[in-house]
Amino acid sequence: MPQEHRLILKHADSPGYTNDLECYVRHGGYEALKKALATAPRELADGKKMSPQEVIRDEVLKSGLRGRGGAGFSAGLKWSFVDRKSGKPIYLICNADESEPGTFKDRQIIHKDPHQLIEGMIISCWANDVKLAYIYIRGEFPEGARILNRALKEARAKGFLGKNILGTGLDVEMHVHRGAGAYICGEETGLIESLEGKRPYPRIKPPYFPAVLGLYMCPTIVNNVETLCHVNHIVTMGSAEYAKLGTPNNTGTRIVSLSGQVKRPGYYEIEVGKVTLGELIHHENFGGGLRDGRQLKAIIPGGSSSKILKAGEVFKVNRKGPDGQMTKVDVALLDLPYDFDSLQAAGTMSGSSAIIVMDDSTDMVEALANLSEFYAHESCGQCTPCREGSLWMAKALHRLTHGHGRKQDADYLVGIAKNIQGRTICAFGEACAWPVLSFVAKFKSEFEAKGAADEARAKSSGSMHQRSSPIAGLHAGKI
Amino acid sequence: MSFSIPADLEAELNELVTHYPQKRSASLMFLHALQEHFGYVSKEAIEWTAKKLDLQPINVYELVTFYPMFRQEPAGRYVMKVCRTLSCQLGGADKLHAHFCGKLGLDVHKHGLQTSKDGKFSVEFVECLASCGTAPVMMCNEDFYEGVSNVKADEILAKAQ
Repeated sequence: MPQEHRLILKHADSPGYTNDLECYVRHGGYEALKKALATAPRELADGKKMSPQEVIRDEVLKSGLRGRGGAGFSAGLKWSFVDRKSGKPIYLICNADESEPGTFKDRQIIHKDPHQLIEGMIISCWANDVKLAYIYIRGEFPEGARILNRALKEARAKGFLGKNILGTGLDVEMHVHRGAGAYICGEETGLIESLEGKRPYPRIKPPYFPAVLGLYMCPTIVNNVETLCHVNHIVTMGSAEYAKLGTPNNTGTRIVSLSGQVKRPGYYEIEVGKVTLGELIHHENFGGGLRDGRQLKAIIPGGSSSKILKAGEVFKVNRKGPDGQMTKVDVALLDLPYDFDSLQAAGTMSGSSAIIVMDDSTDMVEALANLSEFYAHESCGQCTPCREGSLWMAKALHRLTHGHGRKQDADYLVGIAKNIQGRTICAFGEACAWPVLSFVAKFKSEFEAKGAADEARAKSSGSMHQRSSPIAGLHAGKI
Repeated sequence: MSFSIPADLEAELNELVTHYPQKRSASLMFLHALQEHFGYVSKEAIEWTAKKLDLQPINVYELVTFYPMFRQEPAGRYVMKVCRTLSCQLGGADKLHAHFCGKLGLDVHKHGLQTSKDGKFSVEFVECLASCGTAPVMMCNEDFYEGVSNVKADEILAKAQ
């Protein structure tokens, strides 16, 4: 029977569990830090020695931990890119800007178990020679910021943070920094600019890879809240045990945020790849199915930026056969294991592991209009294709949802989206283009029918809304 | 009214500056504190922040105009931020927003923040508040509310009276 496997949220919702340090310590908190600090150097076969810090970095790499923020990149590899020879200080930033629509997992950790994050950060700081770290929390989490500040204070008072941590001579300082309502601050280089006190315009890579030229042009690691929490468990369990959780190349557990039209929306921590999309939506341990009498229409599988999947779709996915050979097999949408690789094979991504479920009562044009308005609002405005294009798409969708659409708006939207993706400094270009491209590709008839109906109505009433070109309409300011 | 910063707030801000190797980094935290104290970020607050952090006023002003949470005009005593993004919309955010607008005599179609005639309440749609599983959600000033039905919305209004 598919079920939750709670590692990060093991205690968070237990009766009587509180978010203060004492409760955390009572439940085994800060033991991982003690274990990490007592790590012995490792003798290698070639006679070389690995320092304790290198051992922990190697453990994180071997655990197979992939970033839980959205990109799913190997956390250990990310750490290995850090320039340790520059002579400059190295910084660690926890990305707690959780703002991908559909996602509400980091909120649970911050509010219910803040010390787990802080412990993971202290270990990560030690392992990467970081003396100063920041938690960049989105502005809309004022309560979360207060909780974290209180937790930092408690940790300092008990000698887990600050000078001479647990008498080992280790110094780590950590501060909470609040954002102010901009989605783009979740992009790591935008976040860094924001933390420097500037507008969060993402930086171009190369040369501004954070591992080399990050905060104040110093080597910087930016990790998601959940990713940093996993470091505790890798240290506690050892990488080999940890890697037994989940599936090969998709190790560990992951908190899935389930929202939209299911009976039991919420957050569910699963072993990565051990539960299918269908189980997450329909099984009584998870979403509990759709509302009575409703049919599944579509799923946004990994936050609003991921490409939408249509009910009934079948995908070609690589599977290892009994003979060990990889073969392509057909997998139906609801049978897709919820992991990084399967969703990528289905042409989308697990992103921030946020599933938005839509049933047959959903108007896909309205849904896309909602998302496009979000992206038009959140584009930082640095790159022309995204600044202009996101707004054009939102305007076209606004008219389609307000009775002034045209049949060719579907193609018009695709044309704009194609001119944004791949032409911007950061991934926001793709994030705003992909929903449009996938919604229109999979539900084109709905967009065309809506536009055609509006055209027919305008024609019969001789309305002035008939326009020769959408651009002319935009310029006339009529949309 | 002349612009003055209470000594304890200034001490708090001075301490914040020490969190960063470069003073400029403290600007967002300054603006949060000043908006919380004055209700909005005034020209004087921008100039004061710039002086404190060895910046030009434009370096601070460009933050106030970029980040959605900062406002340059006073808002109502209670600001209702209703999440409008997809999961909340599927969960009835439009109805919730319309309910507040109806109760407070505001234009449901108007973009951006609007304030009731008595200056007591402001209502605005905001983007995803990251609690999609309990849609529709909203904030009243710094307090967060989830699963907000019309009945619950009325309770929030009554509590704020």
